[in-house]
Amino acid sequence: MAENALVVNDLKKVYKNGTEALKGVSLTVPAGDFFALLGPNGAGKTTIIGIVTGLVNKTSGTAEVFGYDIDKKPEQAKAQIGLVGQELNFNPFEKPLDIVTNQGGYYGIPRSIARPRAEQLLKDLGLGEKMMGRAMELSGGMKRRLMIARALVHKPRFLVLDEPTAGVDVELRRGMWDYLRKLTSEGLTILLTTHYLEEAEQLAKHVAIISKGQIVANGTMSDILAMHDEEAAAKSGYKGGKLEEVFIRLTSEK
Amino acid sequence: MTTYQKWIAFYTMIRKDIVRMFRIWVQTFLPSVITSTLYFLVFGTVLGSRIGDMQGVDYMTFVVPGLVMLAVVTTSYANTSFMFFTSKFFARSIDEILVSPTPPWLLIAGFVSGGIVRGLLVGLLVLLVSLFFTGLTLTIHSALVIFGFAFLTALVFALAGLVNGIYAKTIDGINIVPTFFLTPLVYLGGIFYSVHSLPDWWQAITYANPLFYLINGFRYGFLGITDVALSTSVLILLVMVVILVAINWYFIRTGLGLKQ
Repeated sequence: MAENALVVNDLKKVYKNGTEALKGVSLTVPAGDFFALLGPNGAGKTTIIGIVTGLVNKTSGTAEVFGYDIDKKPEQAKAQIGLVGQELNFNPFEKPLDIVTNQGGYYGIPRSIARPRAEQLLKDLGLGEKMMGRAMELSGGMKRRLMIARALVHKPRFLVLDEPTAGVDVELRRGMWDYLRKLTSEGLTILLTTHYLEEAEQLAKHVAIISKGQIVANGTMSDILAMHDEEAAAKSGYKGGKLEEVFIRLTSEK
Repeated sequence: MTTYQKWIAFYTMIRKDIVRMFRIWVQTFLPSVITSTLYFLVFGTVLGSRIGDMQGVDYMTFVVPGLVMLAVVTTSYANTSFMFFTSKFFARSIDEILVSPTPPWLLIAGFVSGGIVRGLLVGLLVLLVSLFFTGLTLTIHSALVIFGFAFLTALVFALAGLVNGIYAKTIDGINIVPTFFLTPLVYLGGIFYSVHSLPDWWQAITYANPLFYLINGFRYGFLGITDVALSTSVLILLVMVVILVAINWYFIRTGLGLKQ
C-alpha cells in the first residue's frame, strides 16, 4: 500500500467567535506528491495547515502525518513537517543564519550540524551574502526564502507552504518554483496553498479546492482541468486559464 | 525526541536568550544596577544613618538582602513575561518552537531558565554594588541558603512571568501585574523593615504576603536573622513552584492564550 504523507479525516473547526472554519474536511496527500490546496480567502486552508502543524486546536476529527497521529504522537508528527507560514514569523532583529540554525536546534539538531546546513540552505536560496545581517534588512522576497530555509533545516519529509510566493515578483517566483521542483524530485512531499492558480497548475500533481470549510473538488490536476467547461466559459466571455475557470465556478457565491 | 535531542532544544532556547540579554546589556542588566545604587544611596546611606540598627545589625547591612531580592524578583519576572509576550505577539516567533517537536514542559523550562539566569546575574551585580556602600564587607551566614533562596525566588518569578506572558493579550497586560501587584508585595514584604517593628494588624497582613517569606529566608542566609522559620519559607516557595508549573504546563499543553 502506498504511503501517505497526510491523512485528514472529518476535520472540524469552530472558532471561539462561532465561525465554522472547517465543516468535516477529509483529505489525503500521497507521499512524494506536490499537492495544491486552493480556495478563496477564509475558505479554511490556513486552518487545516494550522491544525496539522500544531498551531491551531481542532474541534474534532483526526489527522495523521506519515502515519503519526497529531494527538497521540505529536512529537513524531511534527518532526516530519517543515512549515512556511503565511505570515512572517521570525524575530527581525536576529541574523538569518541564527534564525535557521536555532530552528534546527528546536528539532534536536546539534549546532555543529545545524550551522553548516543553515549556511548551505541560505546560499542555495540566494541569501548567502545576507545571512549575517539583520533579518529586518531583507526584502519581502528574501524574507520568504529565509522562511523556506528555516523550514528545511531539519530535513523534513513533508513541506507545508502557505502562500509562499505572496508578494514575490514574477522572476523570483519562477526561481522558487524551480527550487520547489528540485525538492520534490528529491522525494520531498509538498502541500502548497496559493492564490496564484498558474503556480498550482505549473507545479501540482494533485489539487483540492476548498470553499467555506468544505472540499468541493479533489483529484489529479488533469481530473480537475477536465472539469473545465469550454462552452460555458466562451458564453460568459471568460478569458482566464482553465484551472481558474474551474476554481471560480466551484467557489463562487452563486 | 531522544533525551539528547531534548537537551539540544533546551540549550538552543537558553543560548538564544543569553546571547540576547548580553547583546542588549544596557537594557537588561544596567537598569537594576542603577535603581539599586539609588536605593543604597537614599535608604542606606542618607536615611539609614538616621535609623541606626534593625534587628541588631546596621541598617545598610539589613536592607542589602532585600534589595538584591527585589532585583532578582523583578528581573526574572520581566525577562520571561516580556520574552514570551513579544515572541507570541510581535514577531510571532513562538511558532518556531510550537511547530517543532519540542514538548510543552521543555518550552517552559527554556523560557524559565532564561529568566533565572538573568535574575541571578542581576542579583549578583546588585550584591557587588552593595559592597561599595557597606565598606566592602559582606556578611555571609550560609552561602547555601543564599544561593538556594536566590535560585528558588528566580524560579518562582520566572514561572509567574511566564504565566503572565502567555496569558497577556496586550502590552499593558504584562505591565499591570508588576506595577499593581508585584512591586507593592515586594515593598511590603519586609525589604526595608523587620515585621516585628509593625503593629499587630499589619504583621498579620504581612504573613499573608508570599514575598515576605523569601526575603526573610534570603536575609537569613546573610545575617542569620529571620522573622519566620526557614522551613516555612522553603515550603511556601516550593508550593508556589508546583502551582506555577502546573498552570504553565496547562496553558502550553492546551494552547490557552497561544493557539486559536
